[in-house]
Amino acid sequence: MTALSALIRRDIRIALRVGGGALIGVLFFLTVVVLMPFAVGPDLALLSRLGPAILWLGALLASLLTLDRLFMADHEDGSLDLITMSRTPLELACAAKALAHWLAAGLPLIVATPVLGLLLNLDMVATGAVALTLLAGTPALTFTGMIGAALAVTLHRGGLLMAVLVLPLSIPVLIFGVAASQAAIVGPMTFGAPFSILCALSLVSLVIGPFAAAASLKHGLD
Amino acid sequence: MQLSGHGVTCVRGGREVFAGLDFGAGSGEAVAVVGRNGSGKTSLLRLIAGLLIPAGGTIALHGGDAELTLPEQCHYLGHRDALKPALSVAENLTFWADFLGGERFDAGESLATVGLDHAADLPAAFLSAGQRRRLSLARLLTVRRPVWLLDEPTTALDVAGQDMFSGLMREHLARGGLIVAATHAPLGIDSRELRIGGAV
Repeated sequence: MTALSALIRRDIRIALRVGGGALIGVLFFLTVVVLMPFAVGPDLALLSRLGPAILWLGALLASLLTLDRLFMADHEDGSLDLITMSRTPLELACAAKALAHWLAAGLPLIVATPVLGLLLNLDMVATGAVALTLLAGTPALTFTGMIGAALAVTLHRGGLLMAVLVLPLSIPVLIFGVAASQAAIVGPMTFGAPFSILCALSLVSLVIGPFAAAASLKHGLD
Repeated sequence: MQLSGHGVTCVRGGREVFAGLDFGAGSGEAVAVVGRNGSGKTSLLRLIAGLLIPAGGTIALHGGDAELTLPEQCHYLGHRDALKPALSVAENLTFWADFLGGERFDAGESLATVGLDHAADLPAAFLSAGQRRRLSLARLLTVRRPVWLLDEPTTALDVAGQDMFSGLMREHLARGGLIVAATHAPLGIDSRELRIGGAV
């Protein structure tokens, strides 16, 4: 446990310091959402109808933005060698790294959502629904994205490959995330059904992600 | 404790680097792996560290901790220093001590031994190449592992640093440790030579 908490604390500390990735994601999210009303126009009804989708798209792209560096930085400076050799199972180390990434880069997006909801003419209930679905859905994005990040390291290809590999996996999360938000705002579906599926997607990726990423890293040892 | 390899074959990128290599080292013994560039010195260390899969043969450690695998009982000091520029010297060291676990010694004392105690709060980004190497050596002292795998360990160290490092290696061997080092320069300690890939 000491080993894992040390890894989580280190990764969060690096992400929050100057040059770390945590702020980049939030700034990107902010940019996308702030620009959207200017592109769509001042139609308030249209904005609030598109709001949840815009927030979800922004959050999805922002959380993928820094994810390709998840293992790349450790690979480049040799830390990954030591992590692979250590007494901590690689699967657990992968899970710890993904958790740290979500805490440093994913959680700030959810905290920023209520503020950005104002710009999209979303009321309290709608903003709450979007924030709740993001809270349930972004772990799935991080933990499936981790598989792409591990493959990007072993195949020596950067961000592009990562996007191609991970985007298809994130489509179900996006669909059910937006569906649950819309259900809470306008109906007619119940909120529970798509939200449960969203939670299920997160739980499945929590289990599969670390094993797939560790397998990929082990296979690509060089 | 006895580290031994039998018929170890290494293939990189479809090319056979070396084949049928036999080697061994016991407690308190240092092996200097020598050979020309590209003969597979680093590959041999990475095979022992479990970072490469041998194409043939076996590598085993007898008489170590039966609960642990060979890589878990090794320190690997490679070309890359495994340091994070955003973290301070002390943070880098305590992270590895916490993460690697096992028997550990005072981090501050290790930093003093390698001559970095005055820079403990300095971000690692500001260290010179020699200082980075010294910080890696502090990791070897803080976290105790019986097998040291060293890849060109004296690169970037000044003369005083090389003497200090020779002393550290002697202490490690005296404690019953074991060293396998890939090197072009003399290690400064009594060592057995393992030549791979023909004459230099």
